Amino acid sequence: HNMSAGPGRASAEPWGSFDEPVVQGGGGSAVIDMENMDDTSGSSFEDMGEMHQRMKEEEEVAAEAADADDQDGDFLGMKGFKGQLGRQVADEVWQVGKRQASRAFNLYANIDILRPYFDVEPAQVDGRLIESMIPGRMINFPQKIAGELYGPLMLVFTLVAILLHGMKTSGTVIREGTLMGTAIGTCFGYWLGVSSLIYFLAYLLNAQITLLQTLSLLGYGLFGHCAVLLVSYNVHVHLLFYTLWLLLGGLSTLRMVSALLSRTVGATPRLLLCATASALHMLFLLYLHFAYHKMVEGLLDSLEGSNLAAMQRVARDVEQVRINSTAALAM
Amino acid sequence: MADASRPFAGLASVSVPEDTPVEGDISVPVHATSPDDDELSTLDEPVKETILRDLRAVAKKFVHVLYPKQSSELLRDWDLWGPLLLCVTLALLLQGGAAPRSGDQGGPQFAEVFIIVWFGSIVITLNSKLLGGTISFFQSLCVLGYCILPLTAAMVVCRLVLLGNLGGAGFAARLAAVAASFGWSAFASSAFLAGSQPPNRKGLAVYPVFLFYFVIGWMILTFSPAA
Repeated sequence: HNMSAGPGRASAEPWGSFDEPVVQGGGGSAVIDMENMDDTSGSSFEDMGEMHQRMKEEEEVAAEAADADDQDGDFLGMKGFKGQLGRQVADEVWQVGKRQASRAFNLYANIDILRPYFDVEPAQVDGRLIESMIPGRMINFPQKIAGELYGPLMLVFTLVAILLHGMKTSGTVIREGTLMGTAIGTCFGYWLGVSSLIYFLAYLLNAQITLLQTLSLLGYGLFGHCAVLLVSYNVHVHLLFYTLWLLLGGLSTLRMVSALLSRTVGATPRLLLCATASALHMLFLLYLHFAYHKMVEGLLDSLEGSNLAAMQRVARDVEQVRINSTAALAM
Repeated sequence: MADASRPFAGLASVSVPEDTPVEGDISVPVHATSPDDDELSTLDEPVKETILRDLRAVAKKFVHVLYPKQSSELLRDWDLWGPLLLCVTLALLLQGGAAPRSGDQGGPQFAEVFIIVWFGSIVITLNSKLLGGTISFFQSLCVLGYCILPLTAAMVVCRLVLLGNLGGAGFAARLAAVAASFGWSAFASSAFLAGSQPPNRKGLAVYPVFLFYFVIGWMILTFSPAA
């Protein structure tokens, strides 16, 4: 059908109106366009017949106008009319592709933006971990706080792993959600939430600290938490926990407090900022220890599971003894 | 139509290219169907062959993980079939653990294992990118996924040991299996990944990898089947 349409159209063309071969070349390309259209769209023959008629009508119009460019434009317009659906789909695909590409690009752009904060050497990280346990004594001059995120991020992930261990050994059950999600939510929530809070307070109280420094300070402050919890989830002695809580947790809190003190001016702002930071930091460690402690499991284990059978047996024994004794009394 | 006689001469010469594309279009399907015996074409090969070829590629990478030498085979043609296979196997084996309390769902659930493996690998990969690693995102995912193989093997061993119900000796055997496979996984993955890091930062990139395999290994070790 279409094969005949090409030459038919060519023969119907009033060639007399064209002057230059270039224009005729344009006509040739129009035929090819139509061929492609027929190949790809897979439309019905009725459509094609209708199209052919339309095309002929328009060709007549074009002949009257005797303008090759105009005819070309009409032809393209008709193609658009026919392939409206195709264009819509193509548009959608293009939009989705663009969105994904821009998202991927944004991810990589963000990686490049974040890269300076991860520019550390292993020795520097070690040094900062040790520093996080040594409170600076100089509070009249602003202490240096490294703006780096590698150490804090790794400490948060370590804390997640330790918390997961604590939850698992204590038999914690989370009704809605997984242990993993809870552990990640708790650790990241504390780190990001409290950092933002401290930064907000610092902004209100006119302390000289950036958000990045707050994140780094609080993140390295979690080193003490990691050390204490690693011990306390495995060695279940309360006195040991309290000692470690005061010693390691206290040291890391003191370090944060001294850094914040050195960057704040005035007694009231200092008191407010440092009291908030230290209270939150110490209480978080206390919460993590007692929320997911083995003690809970010990109590529950004694009430059910394998111990339950033993208890039942003991009860039955006691009853037997009692019956025996009543029998003995009766005799 | 008065000057119609003049371009007719030109039309005779132009009408040949006018017809040519039409003929060409007719002959194109003929050309498309005839030269089909192309060695690159996998369209007409049996499905079995395709699957076997992919499985062979996966198996070859497993061998690379078991004998970790500094080769770039695992890095060059990355795929995520092996990681998916290992991850699903591990998650299924960890499924159905003992519930901490009666009436609760069992231990590590499928989704949790799945999320730990994929989220962990993505975090490690992003970390290595941030530290200035030269490895691509999916290459790193591929290596980290394939290196779970020893841990999956340890999980199978643990299951078998737990079937035996050996008590203290059973725990010792499981501990040994998990410790060995943890070391193996960490060693293999750092052998593949450390090469892409700047030499002074290998430790920083390797630490999260250790943490990742440690968490998985610990999950395997603490697994106990439901009574």
